[in-house]
Amino acid sequence: MTEPVIRVENLAARFSGRTIFEHVSFEVRRGEVFVILGGSGCGKSTLLKHMIGLYAPAEGGTTILGQRVEGLAGAARTALLRRLGVMWQSGALFGSLTLAENISVPLEEHTDLPPEARALVAQAKLGLVGLGDAAGRLPAEISGGMAKRAGIARAMALDPPILFLDEPSAGLDPITSAGLDALIRQLARDLGTTFVVVTHELQSILAIGDRCIMLDKEARGMIAEGDPRRLREESTNPVVRAFFRREVLA
Amino acid sequence: MSATLSASADGPATRLAFAGVLDAAGTARLWPEAMRAVRGARHLVLDLAGLTALDTAGAVLLLRLERAVRETRWQGMPAGPVQAVLDRTRQALANPPPPAPPPLPPLAWLGRATLRQGGDLLDQIGFLGEAALAGLDTLRRPWRLRFAETLRHLDEAGLRAFGLTLLLGVLIGVILAFQSSIPMRRFGAEVFIPNLVGISLLRELGPLMAAVILAGRTGSAYAAELGTMTVNEEIDALRIMGIDPIAWLVLPRLLAGMLVMPVLALLMDLSGLAGMAVVMSSLGFPPVGVVNQLRNAVKLRDLLGGLLKAAVFGLSIALVGCRAGLTAGRGPRAVGDAATAAVVGGIVSIVLLDGVFSVLFFRLGW
Repeated sequence: MTEPVIRVENLAARFSGRTIFEHVSFEVRRGEVFVILGGSGCGKSTLLKHMIGLYAPAEGGTTILGQRVEGLAGAARTALLRRLGVMWQSGALFGSLTLAENISVPLEEHTDLPPEARALVAQAKLGLVGLGDAAGRLPAEISGGMAKRAGIARAMALDPPILFLDEPSAGLDPITSAGLDALIRQLARDLGTTFVVVTHELQSILAIGDRCIMLDKEARGMIAEGDPRRLREESTNPVVRAFFRREVLA
Repeated sequence: MSATLSASADGPATRLAFAGVLDAAGTARLWPEAMRAVRGARHLVLDLAGLTALDTAGAVLLLRLERAVRETRWQGMPAGPVQAVLDRTRQALANPPPPAPPPLPPLAWLGRATLRQGGDLLDQIGFLGEAALAGLDTLRRPWRLRFAETLRHLDEAGLRAFGLTLLLGVLIGVILAFQSSIPMRRFGAEVFIPNLVGISLLRELGPLMAAVILAGRTGSAYAAELGTMTVNEEIDALRIMGIDPIAWLVLPRLLAGMLVMPVLALLMDLSGLAGMAVVMSSLGFPPVGVVNQLRNAVKLRDLLGGLLKAAVFGLSIALVGCRAGLTAGRGPRAVGDAATAAVVGGIVSIVLLDGVFSVLFFRLGW
């Protein structure tokens, strides 16, 4: 078993006195694909934003690569953020830059690579997600699925050891979605990249997930943790069973 | 261990031996040296025996070196991740983007620009027609007009602009009076300053300045709001629900623009005259004298002509703003472009209309 690279301890999120989740604790190990799953509105994306330090938790905290995220500032925070890649739900591409320029932004800011190398790395990243022929296009000129893939390419620009993906395959066609799942597995295997994936796409969860946690809106916290395939077969929790078997909850 | 590079001759070939971790930092450091080493070389030996790790930037450097020479021989390729990264990057770079199309010859460029401008003009006429039809339909069935929405726009475009209009009006009155007092003093004609300021404010500057305020505040807001709705596909949703977006969204804004402008222009006129009166007072002219001078110089038709112009300006600004919003492209940039087009188009349209009114009033003897 590899060592943990992310440790979430007793995390709680509250907004305007309303509790989204609490008592959330888990570990993510190096090189694994860890899935945060659950129904709509249960706080999956909120948990991800707490983990990367965008939101301050009401209780508890997150440790990434041995550093406590909360309270980290200045150069130490920048150094940690360089080692993380985040793909946002909408892609969050910069509208005034082409796809290649979008991917060059972190390369320009965080490396001393010459312009030719930056352009080639950007082209390679786009090629990796199947957008090699769209490097010169603006985000407004591509579809939502393409924007998502370009968002993944940008998240991977610096080859970070940890990648956070927020709903990577939502809205993609089954072939593209399967290709993306294969890419995630390949990067985890070849480079030892650790993935934290927020999703509720059942097929993706079963295809890529080494381990997962499940959040529930009613329980306001975690209701399951483990191998998604085993959870599907063995869980006795009615919400978990309904989720994996696509059943209507009584 | 950070990456190192040693270059040597290997018979007719150049040998480059990489060792350590070839990541982005190492690549950035070694790139110029590696490129220098292969300059003019025809045969290359890439020795990767000492390489312990490779990322995409490192793979790009190796593949770029391979492309720079006629023949490359790979040696000591470590199995596992290094090979995998190299293969994946090679595959990803296999489909370069299509080359940009060559620039159009000048005549073709001119033709395309003309067609685009012509199409845009037709669209504008079409939009004007749609708005006129929706307006006529509302005249026949006035209960279909969204009164609450119209009141909201009257409040936003009018009441909330009162402070700014008052401030600018007073300042313009003060500036005009002061500026004109300098040359008029030379002729002992300071007493005619109210004539000059009164006529120029009521006939020209009051409506024009109020229109500039409306274009900057409200025209851009209309474009941004409708542009965001266009980007979010809300306009398409309205159309699919069988609701005419012109009647639903544009008419209340047109009505508000048209009704609010005469009020703003009047406010601008009055505050400008008040500013001028303050200056005249400081120059030693009593308020009664200033009022008498104004009554002799300014006619009711000057005021009414200015207010009529203001109403048309308001309609034009609202039309330009709404059209800019409804024809916005996609993405966040489109909203900014729409707001810019609304302000620029609004100001150009009021200056053009002002020219038309000047000729019209001259012909009518106003």
